[in-house]
Amino acid sequence: MTAALIDLDHVGHYLHWGFIQLSVANAVIIGLMVVIFVVAIALPFRAGHRARRGGR
Amino acid sequence: MTALGLDGASGTQTLADAALQSDDSEWHGPVIRYDLAKEFVIALVAMVVLAVALAIVFSSPDEAPATITAWASSSPSDFLTTAVAELDGSSPTAGYGPPYNAWAPGEGQKIGPLGVERWVGVHTPVDTAHDFVLAPLGIIAKSDPALAAGLTRYESASAADQQQWTTAYTKALDKVSFSGSSVVVPPGRYGPVPTMMSALLQMARGGSLDGALLSSPRFYGTDYTKPLLFLADGSYLADKANAQHLAGNQWGMMNETGNYPGQAWLWLYTMWYQIPPFTHTGNADALIWSLMMLLSLALLLLPFIPGLRSIPKLVPVYRLIWRDHYRRLATESPGGGPRAG
Amino acid sequence: MSATTDPGAPAQATPDPDVARSRMWTSRLREAAVRSLPPEKLLPDTQPSYVASWVYVFGVLTLAALAVIIASGTILVLKGPSWWHLSKAGLFMNSIHLWSVELFMFFMVLHLWGKFFMAAWRGKRALTWMTGVVSFLLSIGAAFTGYISQQNFDSQWISTQAKDGLNSVGVGAFFNVLNFGQMLLWHVLLLPVVVVVIVALHLLLVRRRGVVRPLPLPAHRRSVSRETSPGHEQVVTAAAAATPTGGTTGSPLGAGPADKTS
Repeated sequence: MTAALIDLDHVGHYLHWGFIQLSVANAVIIGLMVVIFVVAIALPFRAGHRARRGGR
Repeated sequence: MTALGLDGASGTQTLADAALQSDDSEWHGPVIRYDLAKEFVIALVAMVVLAVALAIVFSSPDEAPATITAWASSSPSDFLTTAVAELDGSSPTAGYGPPYNAWAPGEGQKIGPLGVERWVGVHTPVDTAHDFVLAPLGIIAKSDPALAAGLTRYESASAADQQQWTTAYTKALDKVSFSGSSVVVPPGRYGPVPTMMSALLQMARGGSLDGALLSSPRFYGTDYTKPLLFLADGSYLADKANAQHLAGNQWGMMNETGNYPGQAWLWLYTMWYQIPPFTHTGNADALIWSLMMLLSLALLLLPFIPGLRSIPKLVPVYRLIWRDHYRRLATESPGGGPRAG
Repeated sequence: MSATTDPGAPAQATPDPDVARSRMWTSRLREAAVRSLPPEKLLPDTQPSYVASWVYVFGVLTLAALAVIIASGTILVLKGPSWWHLSKAGLFMNSIHLWSVELFMFFMVLHLWGKFFMAAWRGKRALTWMTGVVSFLLSIGAAFTGYISQQNFDSQWISTQAKDGLNSVGVGAFFNVLNFGQMLLWHVLLLPVVVVVIVALHLLLVRRRGVVRPLPLPAHRRSVSRETSPGHEQVVTAAAAATPTGGTTGSPLGAGPADKTS
């Protein structure tokens, strides 16, 4: 149960842009964050049961 | 209407009217049913499922700690070079200053004119010669008369003699070779230092130096200051870190061993270490710490900082977030529209 | 002792008839708490109609991740700091703890982005924003002590590097990252307690002020003024007719009765 299905224990892969060095793992996470933020804004939100108008 | 305001006022205003009210007023416009408790339970289940799934798929890193034993066995010349430096006070820890030992005037990192590092006293005293070399050797000297004699000779020698021996030995280590358990250096005047260093190397390789540095006078210890400082003075730890992209100039603060995600949230903190002027100054730590404290303060006080607090109005993300609301407003009251800003 | 009870009014509306009791700290505390956060405000079952975007779920996801962190951390505490190095079940629990931390920071930052773009500090919500930022910074600190408490190579490297930054500003003397015992205690007790307290404050503030209104569209900011809007007059009339019930957040327009519902 605890042996990883995907073994991440090898030496890491890194991306290089100019002075920036970013691990692939971190890049994936940051990329996912941006994607999910955009998707959250774009996706319509079902407004559920609307307006209880007129108080009690 | 009761003092506790049990319901009653939501939905009493039209959307247009409610939208005209100020930001700090209660909302009495249209509402929707929103089940917070259910939302939390769903979120909790989602997080448990995700965390468990990620744990099953990826597990977590647990790279075995470096030991002085491993260091001495795989890099004996680096170990000896470090050990001699600890003995003669030329190691990074020996010359560190507070909190480990006293300053020489003028040393220490500064923030502008402020010598912040110096203000704190010696709270965690470390005497590298005694703690890392002489005291551990004293333990095994009890059963090694030759070593005991060497130690006595060293400790009773003048400072000038000690310095001469250690300096000469350090130079000789450039040409060190190892034959079995013997340390072989070119002939020279080293006093008892070779005996001491060989013994220390053997002690380290045998595994007892790790424990000797850790043990506190009271049997139980959880403070690893001494063995960690000693390890960090050598290259062994740093070489392992470099291989894993954990070094300071590799954005290492963000990284984790292997291919695991690390601490992406530290990106800004570590970024400064990669760029001038911080790459060229010995005050980098203090300067960057202060800079990050300042930026954190700015984030904290954002609501009060003119200009910065207006950015959301200028960057129209909000128009997307509330597009349904604006559409409804336009439908309901084509003339009125949302309230004045 | 004067009894000022109006038999016609519901019990809760009447000031406490026992003057001595109304001076008691307990009564005053209770009444202040109920005034600022009556049950309907603490756990409302409605939200303003503009709370209709998936961006709004990042906060609760962060909170849920925090719950998983605490639960998994508690199990690790049960078996002590060596367990996860020696046992597969321990390693699995450590993995859950690590990944829930990644999820926590992931959603917390998304929550921060969302709240920033919504300028959620408006309408006397500065403290809500500030408690959020403090939670963020403290969480980084809590995670930091966690990484240092791992008792593996990673913690050796992180601690020997971090000490330089901390020592450079004098903090290292009191917060010794090389001292495993101290770091573990900070990680397991001190920082989680402080984080939870600040997060709780943050949540109470969110409920007290309610979810911030949408920003006004720029096209309408100049064209409509409060004084001339017909809708404003109706609102003011309604406000004049309502009985103020204290604890009102109030608005410059004096609009709306001081109800505690969302």
